[in-house]
Amino acid sequence: MDLTLKIWRQKNKEDKGAMQSYPIKGVSPDMSFLEMMDLLNNELIEKGDDPVAFDHDCREGICGSCSLYINGEAHGPDRLVTTCQLHMRKFKDGETIHIEPWRANAFPVIKDLVVDRSSFDRVMNAGGFVSVNTSGNTQDANAIPIAKDDADKAFDAATCIGCGACVATCKNASAMLFVSAKVSQLALLPQGKVEAQRRALHMVEQMDHEGFGNCTNTGACEVECPKGISLENIARMNREYLSATITSES
Amino acid sequence: MTKLDSRIPEGPIAEKWTRHKNSINVVNPANKRLIDVIVVGTGLAGGSASASLAEMGYNVKAFCFQDSPRRAHSIAAQGGINAAKNYQNDGDSTYRLFYDTVKGGDYRSREANVYRLAEVSANIIDQCVAQGVPFARDYGGLLDNRSFGGVLVSRTFYAKGQTGQQLLLGAYSAMSRQIGKGKIKMYNRHEMLDVVKVDGKARGIIARDLVTGAIERHSAHAVVICSGGYGNVFFLSTNAMGSNVTAAWKIHKKGAYFANPCYTQIHPTCIPRSGDHQSKLTLMSESLRNDGRIWVPKKIEDVKAIREGKLKPTQLKEEDRDYYLERRYPAFGNLVPRDVASRAAKERCDEGFGVNNTGEAVYLDFASSFMRYGKEKAMVEGIENASPEKIRELGEGVIEAKYGNLFQMYEKIVDENPYKTPMMIYPAVHYTMGGVWVDYNLMTTIPGCYCLGEANFSDHGANRLGASALMQGLADGYFVLPYTIGDQLAHDIRTGPISTDLPEFIEAEKSVKDGLSKLINNKGTHSVDYFHKRLGKVMWDKVGMARDEKGLKEAIAEIQQIRTEFWADVRIPGGLNEMNPELEKAGRVADFLELGELFAKDALERNESCGGHFREESKTEDGEALRNDKDFAYVAAWEYTGEPKDAVLHKEELEFKDIELKQRSYK
Repeated sequence: MDLTLKIWRQKNKEDKGAMQSYPIKGVSPDMSFLEMMDLLNNELIEKGDDPVAFDHDCREGICGSCSLYINGEAHGPDRLVTTCQLHMRKFKDGETIHIEPWRANAFPVIKDLVVDRSSFDRVMNAGGFVSVNTSGNTQDANAIPIAKDDADKAFDAATCIGCGACVATCKNASAMLFVSAKVSQLALLPQGKVEAQRRALHMVEQMDHEGFGNCTNTGACEVECPKGISLENIARMNREYLSATITSES
Repeated sequence: MTKLDSRIPEGPIAEKWTRHKNSINVVNPANKRLIDVIVVGTGLAGGSASASLAEMGYNVKAFCFQDSPRRAHSIAAQGGINAAKNYQNDGDSTYRLFYDTVKGGDYRSREANVYRLAEVSANIIDQCVAQGVPFARDYGGLLDNRSFGGVLVSRTFYAKGQTGQQLLLGAYSAMSRQIGKGKIKMYNRHEMLDVVKVDGKARGIIARDLVTGAIERHSAHAVVICSGGYGNVFFLSTNAMGSNVTAAWKIHKKGAYFANPCYTQIHPTCIPRSGDHQSKLTLMSESLRNDGRIWVPKKIEDVKAIREGKLKPTQLKEEDRDYYLERRYPAFGNLVPRDVASRAAKERCDEGFGVNNTGEAVYLDFASSFMRYGKEKAMVEGIENASPEKIRELGEGVIEAKYGNLFQMYEKIVDENPYKTPMMIYPAVHYTMGGVWVDYNLMTTIPGCYCLGEANFSDHGANRLGASALMQGLADGYFVLPYTIGDQLAHDIRTGPISTDLPEFIEAEKSVKDGLSKLINNKGTHSVDYFHKRLGKVMWDKVGMARDEKGLKEAIAEIQQIRTEFWADVRIPGGLNEMNPELEKAGRVADFLELGELFAKDALERNESCGGHFREESKTEDGEALRNDKDFAYVAAWEYTGEPKDAVLHKEELEFKDIELKQRSYK
């Protein structure tokens, strides 16, 4: 396959940045999208040009590092996959492909296609945990039975990989899907229930503080989420948040 | 020269850990606030260690090269985590888990460490549940278990095919809580490039900020390395792209012995390579071998026809298929341990029976399971006289419920429907049992420098059992190091903060800067990947699944040659003071080029077959691995003296007091 790539190039945070065009030949349909990027980068290096920086690590769709906006869609045209699992057979010979970084105030560009997602970490630091120490004396794991349905729902919410596709896709750059996935997971389990209200309040407060937008129930996040995280989680977080604001003393 | 002292406590094996905890030094809570600890890596070992140390009161500085601690490669583990809970009432116990692990490791691990691992395993599950890890449960609301290779009980806890992810996010949550409290200072996108020793003790690190390129000095009273395995020395592996040996190798060069580098696990069920563009390999969980049968065609002309697309594997008659594992190992069949299954696949493919264009693939066929499960399902649902098509359809549904996400992943990558045509698989490098030598306290031969998780050598011997890596990472980080580190740190309560202006820091920083300048100013002709791929090919061809003296000697010479060429001819674009992924890769590959040679040297020296290490010279008449306990029942710990070829061997003799040594047999 021969393709034309239009890629966002930006030297650093301060640089203005611009799209640049790169022809590429000899792409195999069996390549993953990132292997195609490797091919381009090796050509650029051997020519003496600067390779394109992009985040990636596990290349099996679970670490959440990769983050490309491809032809106007987070993680490209395929569904329920991350960019690293997207294969070139999804594209046509001769096609022009536009590749951009995530766009959101809370995710500033560091270089080219690499963005700073540490705002997600800070939202987690605000309450994305159960306050229990590793004493070695916690009660037996089977001491509290948990209904299978609750455990399964908690698991589904917990499969979020924190890639940020939901934010990049949302016209408001809202982080509601990401935050609600963690709030839901822990609210559904008895171990996390104890501090569910505090958690919802603190995480939402931090989310707002980081500059993420509001949720207007468009639902684009759910469509583009590579792990299929459900909008139901947002509804559950809103319930937790509302009841917390009404009943909480702080 | 340091004498190897493994500091194994006295007493009966079941009492060693308790006695040890009672006898070692403890730092009181007020004094913990005066002590700083650096943790490098935030996978299961590093994440759990950082969180636990911070909870206890130490000031922790944690480092990871990824953009968030949640992305460490522990996240990719699929199958599960072992624990001797005996929830299934099938006779499991601490002793049985201990026994299985020592036997599975082919009697090349340290008994006392393995026993402790088994002992704390149950606590791990309690801890993770308390943190909100959503393990699979049954309808009664209790935890579910599955069975894994090499054992006779069901002791594996799991969260669908994403157990590693859930456990890592649990550790990351625990870290987040401490980061929020300011007890952990987190350094994302930072890479450790050297350890700093003051008066012989590890007192800090030199790290590069991967965003700005700035070289930073960080001091502490102890340094804990949790940087994972070195499988990427093979270029292609199931590791993440960034997984590397650099942190472990840097401490090795400063005095930490490196143990058993040749022990590598080659996992039998990975998706085969599709061509030279391939950047990494993807694992398919070992659990698939419970229901799939592995085969290649019997006749070479059928192989040719399949490769040319003239024949479909489903068209091949039963009598024309060679179910080679069932043929060679009638007792264990498709469920032989990982190392045996991998070598058998390689043997068939080397003989020319590989079924894809690269000649490196065998079939994993679920057809008979579809029918077997389908018949059962038809009975349960009361469907009489079901047609074979209907039975198969029902059976496919059963398999989908068990392995749906794996089948979907396979289809995304290979673009073939594994319900309709057999999967293709081939072995790939997956895990490294070797690593930095540590004593019972998990301390390396550098005082104050510790090593945890896959990065150390300690618990898996020459072969790791499925679902034991997650167990070890969390055991080390949650339940072992937080106690044992006090033994050393108790001497530091009056030390006060370590200054980063000491000459040792200045010198280490200068040498790091000089090394990076040398790389960037080299202006050669080839990219880093060019050299990495060449190294990987030598490793795979000559230091891979089967090794012999001639090949290993050639490999050593070839690796030395590639290393010379790398330093003369590598080209790294961009500058030092900016984000530069090629520069990061170059530093890592430079270390792989040294480790690779030590790896081959270790494999050459170990003239026996054990676990993942197979020497052609050491096999039985019918080609099976032959261990040599008389000459090789030791840990090979290598001391760095300047060049990998000059590394000095120290032997830690292994004593088996509680388990009798036996030759493994799966016939």
